[in-house]
Amino acid sequence: MARMGSRLAALAAFLVAAGACGGSSAAQGGTDVGITATQILLGNTIAQTGPAAAYGTIANAENAYFTYVNNNGGINGRKVTFTVLDDGYNPAKTVPLTHQLIEQNKVFAMFSGLGTQPQVSVRDYLNSKSVPQLFVATGATTFNGDFSSHGWTLGWQPPYQGESRIYAKDILQNHPSAKIGVLYQKDDYGQDYLKGLTDGLGSKASTMIVDQESYDVTATVPSIASQLSKLKSKGADTLFIFATPSFTIGALAIVTGLNWSPLTYLNSVSNPAAYMKIAASKGAKLDGVISVNYIKDPTDPAWADDAGMKLYRTVIASCTTCKPDDGFNIYGVAVAYTMVDVLKQAGSNLTRANVIKIASSQLNETNPFLLPGITVTTTSSDHFPIMQEQVVQWTNGAWHLQGSLINERGTIS
Amino acid sequence: MQDFLQQVVSGIATGGIFASLALALVLIYNAMGLVNFAQGEMAMLATFTALSLIQRGVDYWIALPVTLVLAFVGGVVIQRVVIRPVERAPVLTLVIVTLGLATLINGLAGFLFGYVPRSFPSPFSVQTVSILGAFASYQDLGVIVVSAIVLVLMYVLLQRTPIGLAMRAAAHQPEASRLLGIRVSWMLALGWGLASAVGAVSGIMAAPALLLEPNMMQTVIIYAFAAAVLGGIESPLGAVLGGLIVGVTVNLAGAYVPGVGGDLQLAVAFAIIIAVLVLKPNGLMGRGSVRRA
Amino acid sequence: MTALRNAPPRYALVVLVVLFFAGLPTVVTSFQSLEWAGVLIFAIAIMGLNVLVGYNGQISLGHGAFMALGAYTTAILVHRYQLNYLVTIPIAGLLTGLVGFFLGIPALRLSPLYLALATFALAVVTPSLIKRPEGLTNGVQGIQLLPPDPPPLLSDVFSLVNGGQPMTSEQWLYYLSFAIALLLFWVAWNLIRHRPGRALRAIRDGEVAAAAFGVNVAGYKTLAFGLSAFYAGVAGSLYGLATGFVSPDTFPVSLSFQLLVGAVIGGLASIAGPLVGGIFTYWLPIVSSQFVSDQTWIPSQISAVFVNAGPAVTYGALLILIMIFAPNGVVGLILSGYRRLRDRLRGAGERGTGQMPPDHQTI
Repeated sequence: MARMGSRLAALAAFLVAAGACGGSSAAQGGTDVGITATQILLGNTIAQTGPAAAYGTIANAENAYFTYVNNNGGINGRKVTFTVLDDGYNPAKTVPLTHQLIEQNKVFAMFSGLGTQPQVSVRDYLNSKSVPQLFVATGATTFNGDFSSHGWTLGWQPPYQGESRIYAKDILQNHPSAKIGVLYQKDDYGQDYLKGLTDGLGSKASTMIVDQESYDVTATVPSIASQLSKLKSKGADTLFIFATPSFTIGALAIVTGLNWSPLTYLNSVSNPAAYMKIAASKGAKLDGVISVNYIKDPTDPAWADDAGMKLYRTVIASCTTCKPDDGFNIYGVAVAYTMVDVLKQAGSNLTRANVIKIASSQLNETNPFLLPGITVTTTSSDHFPIMQEQVVQWTNGAWHLQGSLINERGTIS
Repeated sequence: MQDFLQQVVSGIATGGIFASLALALVLIYNAMGLVNFAQGEMAMLATFTALSLIQRGVDYWIALPVTLVLAFVGGVVIQRVVIRPVERAPVLTLVIVTLGLATLINGLAGFLFGYVPRSFPSPFSVQTVSILGAFASYQDLGVIVVSAIVLVLMYVLLQRTPIGLAMRAAAHQPEASRLLGIRVSWMLALGWGLASAVGAVSGIMAAPALLLEPNMMQTVIIYAFAAAVLGGIESPLGAVLGGLIVGVTVNLAGAYVPGVGGDLQLAVAFAIIIAVLVLKPNGLMGRGSVRRA
Repeated sequence: MTALRNAPPRYALVVLVVLFFAGLPTVVTSFQSLEWAGVLIFAIAIMGLNVLVGYNGQISLGHGAFMALGAYTTAILVHRYQLNYLVTIPIAGLLTGLVGFFLGIPALRLSPLYLALATFALAVVTPSLIKRPEGLTNGVQGIQLLPPDPPPLLSDVFSLVNGGQPMTSEQWLYYLSFAIALLLFWVAWNLIRHRPGRALRAIRDGEVAAAAFGVNVAGYKTLAFGLSAFYAGVAGSLYGLATGFVSPDTFPVSLSFQLLVGAVIGGLASIAGPLVGGIFTYWLPIVSSQFVSDQTWIPSQISAVFVNAGPAVTYGALLILIMIFAPNGVVGLILSGYRRLRDRLRGAGERGTGQMPPDHQTI
């Protein structure tokens, strides 16, 4: 087997050399940099220290899934080696670390890099090197929408704009006379959500949105009472909160504290039941709050006997620093599942070009960690893998699925 | 009008948090003419200590005094081990050391407790009361009441007890104090211990509203700086008033001053610091300032 | 914080160091050149901080804000006004220097402690200030800069010594940073040895005495602020070019903090200090997080946890230890070690105390 492996490696080296000399295009069974007879090297940059360190656990969860796959036979005989580097959410660090992963560690592809600014900062570089920048951990629309100009980059999760278009649709259908107030984080994340809502409401946006207030990430949680009080005073009866978990928890409690009971919409990043329960313990009245989900919530007892959730529990147990109830961890396992799926489909043709082709146009996957009915799909004309979400409403201390899956495919590009 | 009143009341509520941390800053300043950049991080670590106790089944009202004692001891130890070797060094050295301490504690807390925000219990009800149509929760009011109690205790200690006199003397006139038989270095350690305990109160009071995580105090300390500077950095009463004024100003500026907006709240605090330092360096309640080389 | 007598034979050392840095890209990979460009860029910014903190005794915890100003100046001029990036580097330096000079005026009124507070607050507030003028800074989207092409002539010369390989954009960025660092270190060295340097140090060691000797205290202090900001602005401009992307998140408060750590670790009030500081500042977070995880003998759980806390804890602990045990930084340690060794060899009885004797000479 080992001899066989080294021969394969020699063949691979030859093919790469042949390709580099401008010879034939890679034939079936070829491989690229970062693929050895036994290994597939993937790289990642993520914040494990600094202000965005709460996201750092995603990489650990992804690694837990790769470990699980490796221990169960690997991917067509190869094992995934996942190198995670801490960029502290700072693009000035993402750039050299990504160069390091590509040029020194010689990874095959970048996987699930975190953050809009950091990932934009290396996008041109990775595209110029023809290295797949797969399934970036951000919902900024540009990573899928600009596939035609950046054909080596792809996002995974539903884009923020698509999500808030679902809210817009819900509002227009069920609350057409709503007076909307928006609290959003002043960064790409909050602004993308706001744009989706405004676009989704179309011509009615200017009359329906009575006020929009922003806060900076450096704000202290209780100080957003100022923005919320202003929204209330403008007569809003419907509140959108496009915020990160801490601020969302604070906002929910403050809204109740202000004796205000608007119809409230939350973005999916901040809606794990664990956070809702913290908000409830702070006095927030949550009944009727609306959000959407696409991923199974590990704290939701409805999934206790679900096969996907059981698999998640098994996988995450191997990560000692991961909290199983943390929504970021099931996100990590779910996206790693898609990555493994892509690599499996590539079979023996493990070239960068083939992998990006499969990821961007040939996905048709049922992911056990996503809500039933959601498929991870891409076609030659559609590069948004997940575009279905389900409206959920909080009643009696838990999220309840409302209606059927809403498909946003084709609405943004 | 309704909104204006609510902005003021909410501002006072937030200001209570700034005030409580500013009190700890003032205490250190009184003890050694230094601003402790690690004060917020020390408070955060103390709060995690309290949470660990509570999660192990210790009653809140037992965990609280135990944490304060631990924080006091921690403060004394930090002074003895880290600060004492450099206490006669220029202020630059001391500032750098406290910054190093802040980074160290922040990293340590991340290492020990992770970065997921956690709920922290409050002894006060989350129910709200209406004040002329504006709303505040008992939790908000509780923070302010506790700050007031700490303020009174500090006043009594610093102004009415021999040990307080010795502390102030050691800070202002170290050489003369030494001649009078005051153990200057231990007075500084006492100051650090007390400030650490006051900071722990601040962290424990603020955590229910802020959510506990290693970066909890990172921007609060800027507001606390603004509060302490505005109040006159050696005046405990000034710190509390400064905290409340900063809280209200930040809210009102964000809500009503054209072009500012809620996203620039921190910039307003920054503007307050600069304006006070340039226009009235002694603050509202300060007299002369102690000046270290 | 004092400078050092009895420096080692320094010209030979300087030549050696310059040769080392000039030849570096021929032995390391193209991407490692980019890393070392980062080292040199930090060294420039730290030299600026050193002029202010080490030689003049003023504090700035906000030099990251000056770097941000320099970086955005270059980014905006290149991106919006299609200026040549080389032209924008001095513009970024001069603009930042001017802003620093004017900030130095209110700084005159502040005690060191208050100056530390004010500049710290500036560093914290910088990212949110950048986000505001969206038309100018592109807000949170940031501004992208294309990697600059090396000048053809230089590229040809380089390929002669580098086995025929033409110069890459990373290597060009390295040489650009190297040339500018060399120039700015030389400027600082000259300034420090002559009249302005003596005035700055006299003010640091006692303003009243300095004024009594006829030193224009206010003038020199604002000048130090302006000069310091100029260095940071140039460094910021290069930082933006080397990263190829500037955005609010590129300039967190921790950047200002890292620069100060670098200045202190390298050794304040020395010319070599900022270079050592640049090396430490750039490599410490990378080494402390990657070195540990690469050590296979450490159980993976432990190393994973250490990686989470590593850089911050290492930074903090190192900073405190250096301040307590080696207030003159690495350069101070090396020089005192060298001096002791030499004294020992000469048989001199004088035992070093570990503390530097006060001396206003500078290497």
